[in-house]
Amino acid sequence: MANATTAHDDHEHNPTGWRRYVYSTNHKDIGTMYLWFAIFSGLVGGFMSIMMRWELMEPGIQIFHGLAHMVYGIGDTSADAIDAGKNMFNVFVTAHGLLMIFFMVMPAMIGGFGNWFVPLMIGAPDMAFPRMNNISFWLLPPALILLVLSMFVEGSSGTFGVGGGWTLYPPYSTTGQPGPAVDFAILSMHLAGASSILGAINFITTIFNMRAPGMTLHKMPLFVWSVLVTVFLLLLSLPVFAGAITMLLTDRNFGTSFFRPEGGGDPILYQHLFWFFAHPEVYILILPGFGIVSQIISTFSKKPVFGYLGMAYAMVAIGLVGFIVWAHHMYTVGMAVDTQAYFVAATMVIAVPTGVKIFSWIATMWGGSIEFRTPMLWAIGFIFLFTVGGVTGVVLANAGVDRSLHDTYYVVAHFHYVLSLGAVFSIFGGWYYWFPKMFGYMYNPTLARAHFWIQFIGVNLLFFPQHFLGLAGMPRRYIDYPDVFAGWNYVSSIGSYISAFSILIFLWCIIEAFMKKRVAGDNPWGESATTLEWTLSSPPPFHQFSTLPVIR
Amino acid sequence: MRNLFASMTVLGASLSAAPAVVAAGLGQPVEWQMNLQESASPVMTFITDFHNGLIVLTTIICLFVLGLLIWVCVKFNANANPVPSRTTHNTLVEVVWTVVPILILIGIAIPSFRLLYFQRDFPAAEMTVKAIGNQWFWSYEYPEHDVSFDQYLKAKDELKDGEPYLLATDTEVVVPVNKVVRVIVTANDVLHAWTIPSFGSKIDAVPGRLNETWFKAEKEGVFYGQCSELCGKDHAYMPITVRVVSDDEYAAWLEKAKTAGVEQAQEHLAGILKTKGKLALGASGGSAN
Repeated sequence: MANATTAHDDHEHNPTGWRRYVYSTNHKDIGTMYLWFAIFSGLVGGFMSIMMRWELMEPGIQIFHGLAHMVYGIGDTSADAIDAGKNMFNVFVTAHGLLMIFFMVMPAMIGGFGNWFVPLMIGAPDMAFPRMNNISFWLLPPALILLVLSMFVEGSSGTFGVGGGWTLYPPYSTTGQPGPAVDFAILSMHLAGASSILGAINFITTIFNMRAPGMTLHKMPLFVWSVLVTVFLLLLSLPVFAGAITMLLTDRNFGTSFFRPEGGGDPILYQHLFWFFAHPEVYILILPGFGIVSQIISTFSKKPVFGYLGMAYAMVAIGLVGFIVWAHHMYTVGMAVDTQAYFVAATMVIAVPTGVKIFSWIATMWGGSIEFRTPMLWAIGFIFLFTVGGVTGVVLANAGVDRSLHDTYYVVAHFHYVLSLGAVFSIFGGWYYWFPKMFGYMYNPTLARAHFWIQFIGVNLLFFPQHFLGLAGMPRRYIDYPDVFAGWNYVSSIGSYISAFSILIFLWCIIEAFMKKRVAGDNPWGESATTLEWTLSSPPPFHQFSTLPVIR
Repeated sequence: MRNLFASMTVLGASLSAAPAVVAAGLGQPVEWQMNLQESASPVMTFITDFHNGLIVLTTIICLFVLGLLIWVCVKFNANANPVPSRTTHNTLVEVVWTVVPILILIGIAIPSFRLLYFQRDFPAAEMTVKAIGNQWFWSYEYPEHDVSFDQYLKAKDELKDGEPYLLATDTEVVVPVNKVVRVIVTANDVLHAWTIPSFGSKIDAVPGRLNETWFKAEKEGVFYGQCSELCGKDHAYMPITVRVVSDDEYAAWLEKAKTAGVEQAQEHLAGILKTKGKLALGASGGSAN
């Protein structure tokens, strides 16, 4: 019987070659594709950020006029090249944001780790809707292609690409950029959004219906909890975004005036709709990271998670409150003072469940027997850096102070501390935690640690001085700045080169692991890695849990 | 709670502002600045005090978390503590780490709301300036006086007396010192945002809307701001300049602006300031170096 099952699996459901991936209905293969996709997008988005930091290393315009001339061939006169360069900088700002959010962090966390480990952790053979899983992934490459194409078609007259920032605020995204570039970007977001909504439905169904016997909701690993909360946020917020950008599309092309004051519309309406989506979205980016960090901290402290229920419901609370704080991104649009006061109060509330999580992680380590393996370094780094990003979030929550800091580099520093250092550190933590499970090989831990330390130094050097720039009043999304801002900008750029170098180590670490083929074993982390994926082989069989595990 | 906050504010000012105070420039940032720009209005003074308190609080929280992390890493690493405990609950500490943050947040919220209502409950305006954002320059109107002009970035070769590039503009908004100035802000094409950091004022310029902010400049001098909402390729090239002068000087400028135009008025004002030795205030002063 066992042999028959294996043969059946191998011959009928195990396509090979390109069919294995393009036609894939296997959650692990799809998860792997998501991860490679995220690495690719991350490299492109990272390259853009290096270009921007290179540009900002000194006052004046250093490289973007040359880049614009190289890429678009415009700029026969130097004034033209400068103008094209200024526009291209904004295009890079926009594309960097969209790439990192929609094509790097989300695919890595939800599509990659979520696909791989949610079924494994709840003892399910696969996702609930394997074919839908396939289309969820395969909507992303066309979305990415549309976004890349948008950079090569006309945006504002005479220039290429979308330069309005990832927020796509009208009227700059409507009348300000009449060319088709914005339409490409909108359609790209539509596809990425559809991909995520389908994925969200898949995860919700999987988690609610396909848990192994005995795996009650309150026994689920915290990573599964984090994905469950995340996908609910996706399901509820993305349709609002889809609506908002559809209205942009019709304002642009079909003469509607949802956001056009000359037709009775209101540009601020778009901002409300956008942030009603985008605030939950930033929690979508970080919540799975909370889950990953909980798994890692517990494993390497050799202790169960402290305050499990508190941890799970803190995420639920963060998700719920995340829907009623959106206008704290809009303190300067001219909202009534009482409205602002409400959003100040609601925003501060989020600090409480977040604090519960931080302290519970530390309490999990307290009394533990901590081993500083590579994933643990990333998790500990995450806790501290997320705390720094969290407290600057509390500062920004105060509308009165945000008056000074809104749209300055302080905000850039804040959200990179929670995302570029928070979310990304948790992704790397998850990568080094599950790499041996996913691919069966152990990486070189010395290389992996070098990656951690160099990136830790690099990103702090990169983003901490940006607090100072913001306090001093340097606005964000500026290609050029007064000479007095040169000092900290220089430091920041050096930091970005250091973190870029660490990414090379990361890539080398992958290649080295696949070259050396050190067999990782089923469970390289010891018996404190208690979740179900460690009971399987590394890499797990193509189909697992033909006999469902029973959780005591 | 308020006393605690006040004392922390003092501590914060002495801690955080120490490097900035030495080099602080009025109305513009300085090299290696690490804190807010020097205040020139009651609102900005309130923001600065409040923010200095927040710096102390947030620094303490970060150091506390860092300290705990270092402590557990030293005390509970596998060598020091080979046998892990199985403790996963402690109601007391869980209540403490929920309640204490709530108390801290309430302590932040009280001055925060006072600041917010101080900013947005507008005092009776003594004069009004209307600022209109355009791609990529600002237009101004003095609706009570039928004066209007545009404000463009000064190109590098037009700068004089150490005026800072990317902050200095060809025309200046002139207002009297110690007067409540209402600023009505809107835009012609896309979003922009009008701000003067030293006044603690920032408000988006939105087509189809009249937004409002106010300031009461308590110091004479030149004050710079920069467009603070992404508006296209020259977003970084549409700064804002406000010159604060005495009542007499303002009256002289206004008279000239009404009769002979803003360019004449500006030269006239510069002449007056020069004879009084005041032109060195702010932009062209010692702070530039």
